[in-house]
Amino acid sequence: MSRLYIENPGQAQTVLEGLYRDMARRIHASPPGLCPVDMSLNFLRLCHAQTCGKCVPCRIGLGQLAELLEQVLDRTASLDTIALIEETAQAITDSADCAIGYEAARMVLTGVRGFRDDYEEHVRNGRCISGLSHPVPCVSTCPAHVDVPGYIALVREGRYEDAVRLIRKDNPFVSACAYVCEHPCEGRCRRHMVDDGVNICGLKRFAVDHARPEDAPAPAEATGKTVAVIGGGPGGLTAAYYLSLMGHSVTVYEQRPKLGGMLRYGIPDYRLPQEVLDRDIDHILTTGITVHTNVSIGRDISMADIQKQYDAVYISIGAHADKKLGLEGEQAPNVISAVELLRGIGEGDIPDFTGKRVCVIGGGNVSMDASRTALRLGAEHVTVVYRRRVEDMTALAEEIEEAMAEGCQLLPLQAPARIELDEGGSAVALWTRPQLVGPYGKDGRPKPVGADAPEFRIPCDYIIVAIGQAIVTYPFEAVGVSTERGAIQADLTSSVPGLDNVFAGGDAVSGPATVIRAVAAGKVAADNIDGYLGYEHIISCDVDISPAHLTNMPPCGRVNLKDRHLSSYAGDFTLVKEGMSLEEARQESSRCLRCDHFGFGIFKGGRNREW
Amino acid sequence: MVTLKIDNQTIQAPEGATILEAARANGIHIPHLCYLKGLNEIAACRVCCVEVEGERDLVTACNNPVQEGMVVYTNSPRARKTRRINVQLILSQHDCTCATCVRSGNCQLQTIANDLGILHIPYETQLPHGRARMWTAIFPLYRDNLKCIKCMRCIQVCDKMQDMHVWDLSGTGGRTTIDVSGNRMIKESDCTLCGQCITHCPVVGLQERDDTRKVYDALADPEKITVVQIAPAVRTAWGEALGLAPEQATIGRMAAALRRIGFDYVFDTNFAADLTIMEEANEFLHRFQSGGLARWPMFTSCCPGWVQFLKGQYPELAGQLSTAKSPQQMFGSVAKSWFAQKIGVPPEKICCVSIMPCLAKKAEAALPTMATDAGPDVDLVLTTRELVRMIRADKIDPAQLPEEDTDSPLGTYTGAGAIFGATGGVMEAALRTAAWALTGANPDPEAFQAVRTEPGLREVDYELGGVKIRCAVVSGLRNARQLMERLKAKKAHYDFVEVMACPGGYVGGGGQPISVEDEERYGVRGQALYAIDKKTPLRFSHENPDVKALYDEFLEKPLNHKAEELLHTDHFGWDTPNARQT
Repeated sequence: MSRLYIENPGQAQTVLEGLYRDMARRIHASPPGLCPVDMSLNFLRLCHAQTCGKCVPCRIGLGQLAELLEQVLDRTASLDTIALIEETAQAITDSADCAIGYEAARMVLTGVRGFRDDYEEHVRNGRCISGLSHPVPCVSTCPAHVDVPGYIALVREGRYEDAVRLIRKDNPFVSACAYVCEHPCEGRCRRHMVDDGVNICGLKRFAVDHARPEDAPAPAEATGKTVAVIGGGPGGLTAAYYLSLMGHSVTVYEQRPKLGGMLRYGIPDYRLPQEVLDRDIDHILTTGITVHTNVSIGRDISMADIQKQYDAVYISIGAHADKKLGLEGEQAPNVISAVELLRGIGEGDIPDFTGKRVCVIGGGNVSMDASRTALRLGAEHVTVVYRRRVEDMTALAEEIEEAMAEGCQLLPLQAPARIELDEGGSAVALWTRPQLVGPYGKDGRPKPVGADAPEFRIPCDYIIVAIGQAIVTYPFEAVGVSTERGAIQADLTSSVPGLDNVFAGGDAVSGPATVIRAVAAGKVAADNIDGYLGYEHIISCDVDISPAHLTNMPPCGRVNLKDRHLSSYAGDFTLVKEGMSLEEARQESSRCLRCDHFGFGIFKGGRNREW
Repeated sequence: MVTLKIDNQTIQAPEGATILEAARANGIHIPHLCYLKGLNEIAACRVCCVEVEGERDLVTACNNPVQEGMVVYTNSPRARKTRRINVQLILSQHDCTCATCVRSGNCQLQTIANDLGILHIPYETQLPHGRARMWTAIFPLYRDNLKCIKCMRCIQVCDKMQDMHVWDLSGTGGRTTIDVSGNRMIKESDCTLCGQCITHCPVVGLQERDDTRKVYDALADPEKITVVQIAPAVRTAWGEALGLAPEQATIGRMAAALRRIGFDYVFDTNFAADLTIMEEANEFLHRFQSGGLARWPMFTSCCPGWVQFLKGQYPELAGQLSTAKSPQQMFGSVAKSWFAQKIGVPPEKICCVSIMPCLAKKAEAALPTMATDAGPDVDLVLTTRELVRMIRADKIDPAQLPEEDTDSPLGTYTGAGAIFGATGGVMEAALRTAAWALTGANPDPEAFQAVRTEPGLREVDYELGGVKIRCAVVSGLRNARQLMERLKAKKAHYDFVEVMACPGGYVGGGGQPISVEDEERYGVRGQALYAIDKKTPLRFSHENPDVKALYDEFLEKPLNHKAEELLHTDHFGWDTPNARQT
């Protein structure tokens, strides 16, 4: 009789492991707007099924809690029931023996405190304050509410111009977004419930790469109203595009020599080639927008003059200024800001880092862009220094992976301490203080705390600072635009309080964000400026969308875009990502579950054909 | 056209047709429940699932188009089994006590369950309890949570047909239900009580507040004199629910039936419609000639759903409504004054009942402005469906009854009064009398038939005695809103506008019998009214001898003091919940 033997999971356990993965994906794809009390109850049930049965609070308590929540949902509870839920959950949190019990109760507690108004609405009126408002997950999670299932269906049919036309109804930066959008649309894609989210962004790229260029539709009858747009980035040009289509006379003021804003001066060419951006801008300009480049508000023309001269003004300046480290030695000539570096390159001012050692400080997307750019400028060695862990970086996971794959070295849990200068005043090394990952902060990320370890010296020839961007607001404050923490104050309709004809949006209001959010802000502004000017123009698209296929594709892997990998990136600013093949695009587009036709989507009409 | 096979029959269907429609056009009936053509094609009940060769899953026939070469099996073992289970699941959350249900025999769920031969339900019954089953007993519209099968038709009808958005889904998950949108209470909502959600409900998730018990109490009260009026549209539809042929469903047999039930006097709202025309046509001419309609037209006021709509959605324009009471209310006023005087009883002794195609009439009768010290002018309002239930309760077979005349004086009418029940009818009747008033001679009674036809907007200009009158007629509240927006945007200018809240007018009212086949019946019913008009000897309201007698003996002439007091109303005398802020 052996005392030890190899333990293999049984058949049931193996199957269950698969179901756990299915469940995790399913939770990931939860549609927004579900009843929070109902979800709490069902999470609790899952937790209760995990109990080993040893301890009273967990074995009995979680079950009784579930009963109480059920009463709330069944309209048989009173306000006392909610108090009892809270007390019971607290007792379980305090006395359960292991995490299965106390964490389960803590989730209930967080809910009963975090959405108590919903608990009370259930008890008082038997209703839920939540509700599904937008039926199609990808459309609802896209800030600009682009008709995703619509254009995927068109890509599947090979109707690329129609796909692009449909996207432009909600987003004129169709090409730029096809290359660099953060694609929040994919986050809640219902296909996650089957296998994995659809590669929506990749399919959009396929459409824009295969569509012939087209002019914008003819604008509506001229209204005689004039609108000034300050800032020719994605937000400003989106507003300009739609306002122009609505028949208003639009003038864009841009302080740089070219239009595009951060898309041109912040995003490197290997991610977004200039000619791809130009496709969008060329299309936008066919609406007849007047453009003044190299004009800076406050320097060349005052905001007060613009406000007087135009019927309405949209402030859509970007976050082009950099934030400082506040460290000794920062003023050294070889300590440069990431935005300045990237902007210089956009303007053709390309430094040579050949053979140099470069330190990049920061963990956001700009840091990744600066690091990969440094490699392309010939740097021998690029180190990304970050005070938190890699998992806690704000850059997109794929951006981090690509930076690492190209050879950038990540140095997490090192907080910049000081910059060592040589006699000539040039930086020669970055000193960092090692960090220990610590308790979670309010933002849901663990905070770093100083570790019991000596300071660390990173010798380097350049230090690039990428710890955030700021907005230059003073020219606007002169006419009474109010600011808070460096951002312009505007309400949800983009209207600037206290100033009748002034609107603002994008990075200027939200702080540094994404292209698609700037586009969404531009769309909102266009609509509200149109309303302010006394009109109710409708933006629509007459592309008909092919009916959904009758049943869906069985589980099938997601097509991911491949990167071009080279032995050296020096001097190579050409596009890194390769688009899908026709075969891949066909397969990937057939993975779309057509939530416009199936499920809740069809009940609410499938799509908004106009706005 | 595409060619496909359904159940081994090769058929042709137009491109874009759904499998369900293509099958139906070829005599193949696929069971369905939530589907309502053009309004609710959302495949929620999954009863219409069919098997399509080459497809992994079953396909819903109601919302998927036919394709070339498609091979469909509507009754394959898999389709049959799935359909059966889905119906059983619906039944498990439906209160199946059919014996006490007003829709028994007229219920689509019952029909499907019976047709599929479902003899038992293998699932536990799950009905809402606690506060989830409650609904106000006072409001004229009753929602039954035990009966609702969440087919979503009510939401869609209110959204798409009426553009009122009173209903919406409430909550998520297994407890999802239908409720008043925006977490409002029905009494606080802007529901106009058009009742289209009721007539499009496949079960009895929605119905009118049943007032038949109160009518029976009045009939049983020896102190009460019961007077009943029958609205024009009721006669076009009551026979549908009683299995009567159109030629059997006469007003004479209805009068006979109402007398068998026990009413003391059987009158006709058509009389009051003629009276309404006398007041409204004269009011129109007065407002028109005094320049009061330069910017906004005068709106008809006979439809209480429309009055509620205008007061709620465009409160700033409520002053443009004709002040004339609706025929129902004029009838009540006259019954409790002139008629009471004539038979020598105090008005308190009269119980005035009306049979209406409409729920909003129940609310109209209860308005504070529609009463005197002697109580409400109209005491009780029944829908056509409630009348049918009373006839059935007494086991009366109208086909076997003799034709009886309605009583005089409030039972005499002209063709102009009869057509009130159809969209355009009020306008047409008013124009006949206005033309007479302006020219001194009767026009051809058919001269204004251009205002008839479908619910959509009709715009007609007429020249009466050298004066141009711009008229518009519309029915259905979505159409009404579009008209209002056109007026507001100054894209249209009219002098006189008729609006009825239900598509097709009163004949399509929310109190009318319900077609279990989802047939829209307003067209046929409207035609029945025009047929009555054609064969009535008198076709002008001003020629109604009893209306003339009423003016001679009692009111003197239209719009004078007494007529104002009895026959006109103050639309600002009551508040509309949830009125838009202006």
